[in-house]
Amino acid sequence: MSNQIILRVVAKLFIPFVLLFALYVQFHGDYGPGGGFQAGVIFASGFVLYALVWGIEEARKVAHPNVIQFCVALGVLLYAGTGVAGMLLGGNFLDYNVLQHDPVHGQHLGILLVELGVGITVAAVMVSTFYCFAGRGRR
Amino acid sequence: MVEVFDIALLGFMAVLAVAIARLRNLFAIVVMSGFYSLMSASMFVILDAVDVAFTEAAVGGVATVIMLGTLLLTTKEEKKIERWSPWPLIAVVATGGLLVYGTLDMPRYGDPNAPIHKHVAPRYIEDSPNEVGVPNMVTSVLASYRGYDTLGETTVIFTAGIGLLLLLGSAFRTRPGEGGSS
Repeated sequence: MSNQIILRVVAKLFIPFVLLFALYVQFHGDYGPGGGFQAGVIFASGFVLYALVWGIEEARKVAHPNVIQFCVALGVLLYAGTGVAGMLLGGNFLDYNVLQHDPVHGQHLGILLVELGVGITVAAVMVSTFYCFAGRGRR
Repeated sequence: MVEVFDIALLGFMAVLAVAIARLRNLFAIVVMSGFYSLMSASMFVILDAVDVAFTEAAVGGVATVIMLGTLLLTTKEEKKIERWSPWPLIAVVATGGLLVYGTLDMPRYGDPNAPIHKHVAPRYIEDSPNEVGVPNMVTSVLASYRGYDTLGETTVIFTAGIGLLLLLGSAFRTRPGEGGSS
C-alpha cells in the first residue's frame, strides 16, 4: 500500500495523534476512563497502522522485534517489581502505601507504575501478534 | 427510552451473530465481527461501564485488523458444509437456554440490594477517595484494591504473547518468504 499517496499522507498525519492519545489514555486513566489496557492497545494500533501503510519491514526497523520481545517481559516485571518494592519498604506485596511518605501519594505512584507496566506489556503483545501473523506472508 | 436502545442493540447483535454463522465469505465474517464488537462496546456504554466499553472498542478494532492480516494466510471462503446436521444447532440452543435459565435467579439489573453491591463495593466507594485519592474509582479498584487480579491478567496477556512467539516466532523475526529456519 506504500504507493498510495493519500493513505501515506493521512497515516503520517494520524499516527502521532494516535500515539499521543494512547499516552493521554495511559496517564489520564486516574481521572477519566482509560488505563493501561486501553492505552496499550491504542499505542500498538499506531504501529499496526504504520506497518499496514509502509509494510512490515519498515515497521520492524522502527520497532525492532528484539525491543518488542523485551517489552513483553518488561511490563510484567515493572508491575511485579512495584509489588516487590512495596515488600522491601516494609509493606505487603502490591501495597503502595509505603512507596512514599504519604500513603495517598504512594498509591498514586503505585497505580501509575502498575498501569504503565500493563500498558507496556499489552502494547508489546499486540505488536508482536501483528508481526507474527502479518510476517508470515502468503505460503 | 434506554430500553429502546437496549432492544435495538441486542437485536442488532443477534442478527449479526446469525449472519456471521451463516456467511461463508471470511472477509465479510471478519468485518461483521468488528461490527459486533462495536455493538457490544455501545452496549457497555449504555450499561455505564465506560472503561469496559473503551477496552472493547480498542481491542475489537485491533483484533479485526489482526484477523484481516491472518486472512492473507488462508482462503477467502469457508469450506462448504457437506451434510446438514441438527446437533450443532441443538447444542447452541440448549446452552443458550441454560444460560437464560441461569439468569432467572439473578437480581434485577441495578438492584441496590443485590449481593454484589453489599459485599466490598460500599467499602470501596466510601474509602477510595480518602485511601487512594484517584477520581476514577475503576482505576483505584483495578490497580490498587484488586492489584493481584490485574497482575494476573497482565500475566495472562504475557503468557499469550510468549506462547505466540514460541509458535510463530520465526515469522516474528524473519522477512516474509525468507523461510522460518532462523
